[in-house]
Amino acid sequence: MTGMWTLFRKELLRFWKVSFQTVAAPVMTALLYLLIFSHVLEGRVQPYPGISYTEFLIPGLVMMSMLQNAFANSSSSLIQSKVMGNIVFLLLTPLSFWEFFSAFLAAAIVRGLVVGVGVYLVTVFYAPPSVQHPLLILLFTLAGCGMMGAMGIIAGIIADKFDQMAAFQNFIIMPLSFLSGVFYSIHSLPPFWQKVSHLNPFFYVIDGFRYGFFGISDVSPWLSLGVVLTSFFALSWATLRLLKSGYKLRG
Amino acid sequence: MPAAINIQQVHKFFGKLHALRGIDLTIEQGEFFALLGPNGAGKSTLINLLAGLLRPTSGNLSVLGHDVAGDYRAARQLLGVVPQELVFDPFFNVREMLRFQAGYFGRGRENDPWIDEILEGLGLADKAGSNMRTLSGGMKRRALIAQALAHKPPVLVLDEPTAGVDVELRQMLWEFIKKLNRDGHTIILTTHYLEEAETLCSRVAMLKQGQVVALDSTRDLLQRYARKSLRLRLEPNQLPASLQPMLRSQDNDVFTLALNETAALEGVLATLRENGIRIDDLQVSDADLEDVFVEILHQ
Repeated sequence: MTGMWTLFRKELLRFWKVSFQTVAAPVMTALLYLLIFSHVLEGRVQPYPGISYTEFLIPGLVMMSMLQNAFANSSSSLIQSKVMGNIVFLLLTPLSFWEFFSAFLAAAIVRGLVVGVGVYLVTVFYAPPSVQHPLLILLFTLAGCGMMGAMGIIAGIIADKFDQMAAFQNFIIMPLSFLSGVFYSIHSLPPFWQKVSHLNPFFYVIDGFRYGFFGISDVSPWLSLGVVLTSFFALSWATLRLLKSGYKLRG
Repeated sequence: MPAAINIQQVHKFFGKLHALRGIDLTIEQGEFFALLGPNGAGKSTLINLLAGLLRPTSGNLSVLGHDVAGDYRAARQLLGVVPQELVFDPFFNVREMLRFQAGYFGRGRENDPWIDEILEGLGLADKAGSNMRTLSGGMKRRALIAQALAHKPPVLVLDEPTAGVDVELRQMLWEFIKKLNRDGHTIILTTHYLEEAETLCSRVAMLKQGQVVALDSTRDLLQRYARKSLRLRLEPNQLPASLQPMLRSQDNDVFTLALNETAALEGVLATLRENGIRIDDLQVSDADLEDVFVEILHQ
């Protein structure tokens, strides 16, 4: 237990020491999205009756930031220590693959939460959204960040260099998060693109999370919860398999 | 009493490359042991197998009786490894890093006095608060050793600990490691500086192309192979055929011959005289590990 706890604490301290970059920067980015998109679209677009565009946008931005940062935490920590070579200090320890996984995952979730709370605090003044189902909000937060934390571990294991990691970010994470309905309701899309959006697991995290605030969503929140939890468990299983096999970590 | 390290019939393939070809090696507790061999002989591979960074293709390795695969938790608790490369975590200072490292092994604040002790012993005390990035190469090397010792392992493996380290620091590191050995730690090292192995290590294994080609106490190795080296500069610059079997190495115009005893010198001189060869320079010295090393590798 001490070993896993130590690794968890180290991972927290790692991002906290550079919190200007790991927390303040994503909060700032989300705030810019809010200012620009709500300036352009407020009054022109109303995704749900009775809910202003800015209100609609806030939960999506909070969740998108959480997802991206949970991913960034585990993936950047792993790729850095692989490139620097200091990953050996972890591999030399008696930590099991379970402990390794749990510590990295928990730290990724915490990073996501800290950024999420930060984004919420700076955006909430523009249009305080209601909170209908706090428990669902929490569930989607944990499962969403967990899913991305696991994906970050996988990316960190597979990538050998920073540019491979950047490709993962830019060609997988960014498209999935921008096309997930953060900035619009997918009901406003042509039927074909609605169908495509349904294949994106990020869509369900955003949609279900938003349901927790407004009690309205594009698809049933239970379907969303099912998809998100399934994704979380599937990715965790894959991560554990990789870690257990020692793939790219132990030759 | 289990051996500090027990290696049985270990083979390791990297693709088609047969890097280790059936290594058998037992290192007893309290030994100061050297693993020698040219680059690519398999020293680091063997160390990485012990540390669990690599997995053997076949064979078994254990640390103090604990199998490094089946009982890896116990085996890793008992083993400290100083990697060859100067790797470090750029986010933390020396003390933080040591505390984390000890923590991974389940050690908490009760371990702090030990951390102070190794910081002191390695001359790192005044750098405890410095970020790893800001340390000089020599300081980073010490920090690596401290990191391997953070969980107080009874068996310490050092992979080329003095590579790229100046003379003064090398002396200081060896004093520290000798003290660890006196305190009961088993020390295993690889080094390119054979005189270091000769003065420090009680036993030596030589690796060549993935096989142990010599394994003995340093003293016996030195005795078994020629005890004396005879260096000759000759005019004309050629060695008579009858002396060729004694030739250990040739460096331009200096022939180094192996002498089993000083008395054999007379025969050499007589042969040279018979062949009309003049001696420009002559030097007799005790054979060192380097001579033995060269001799074994050329066998």
